[in-house]
Amino acid sequence: MVGHFEPLLSPELESGSTGHEASPRERAERGEAHLIEALRRGDESAFSRLVDLHHNSMVRVARLYVGTAAAAEEVAQEAWLGVLQGLARFEGRCTLKAWIFAIVANCAKSRGARDRRTVPLSSLAQDDDGGPSVDPERFLDDGHPRWPGHWSQPPDAWDEDALVSRETLEAIAAAMEQLPPMQRAVMTMRDVEGLGSDETCQVLAISEANQRVLLHRARSKVRKALESYLHEGEVSP
Amino acid sequence: MSVAIASELTCRELVELVTDYFEDRLSTDENRRFELHVCSCTGCRAYLAQMRAVVRVAGRLAERDLPAAVREDLLQTFRAWKRA
Repeated sequence: MVGHFEPLLSPELESGSTGHEASPRERAERGEAHLIEALRRGDESAFSRLVDLHHNSMVRVARLYVGTAAAAEEVAQEAWLGVLQGLARFEGRCTLKAWIFAIVANCAKSRGARDRRTVPLSSLAQDDDGGPSVDPERFLDDGHPRWPGHWSQPPDAWDEDALVSRETLEAIAAAMEQLPPMQRAVMTMRDVEGLGSDETCQVLAISEANQRVLLHRARSKVRKALESYLHEGEVSP
Repeated sequence: MSVAIASELTCRELVELVTDYFEDRLSTDENRRFELHVCSCTGCRAYLAQMRAVVRVAGRLAERDLPAAVREDLLQTFRAWKRA
């Protein structure tokens, strides 16, 4: 229900632009340009603001590459130095966030080369199973006389109150932890961090088609996990 | 009736196209068949709503406060960079 840029708008309103007002993303980018200018002048409050906006995200991205939370925190801190040093070269051809994430990914990879306990994400690009998005038993046979391939056990509508609970948030985080690394990486970039598909492809160095397949598998699995979680405690028939 | 159904999407097929639909990557024809199916299928409508909910709830994972010690460390990094 609550988007991280515009807490008051429902997702339906977020996607439907009115044409009068700047989108949350446009506003964020405009704000970014001011922050970058201030930062180039050495303004500490601008830096502090950027840290608020991006540090947790950077740790999350680093965590995709390295094995522990502590290592991810170190990578993010190291990446900040890279951000400051690279600031003069930032030309605004991608969003600041995507540019920062690319620096984090590079720092994480070079740490991976030094530290054998870390997991190089790129070597796990083929982490797939290719199974169906939904358990085949939930559909009628293709040979069914009237409703071939139709739901035999259709999904139920989810309770909105349950969806916004902290427990549900924890369940979704746990489900994402279980995903194969590239699926987790793509879903983190797209759905948690709000990057576009083009930026996600850039940061992770994958093709658009591959990105879409990974995203689909990730979301489908998380949906399945969330469904089990939300129906837990219900008496099964 | 069964002839018409054969050319339409089944629920089993539809669930594999949801992300392509969200990403606007279906052909005009596929998109039409997708929406036609969803209009008349309660199960697939619920499924689409669930997939939207997954995206929305995942977005909330980004909300988290920054520990004060981390901010202080980073400000030290910033001051050192400024001096350099």
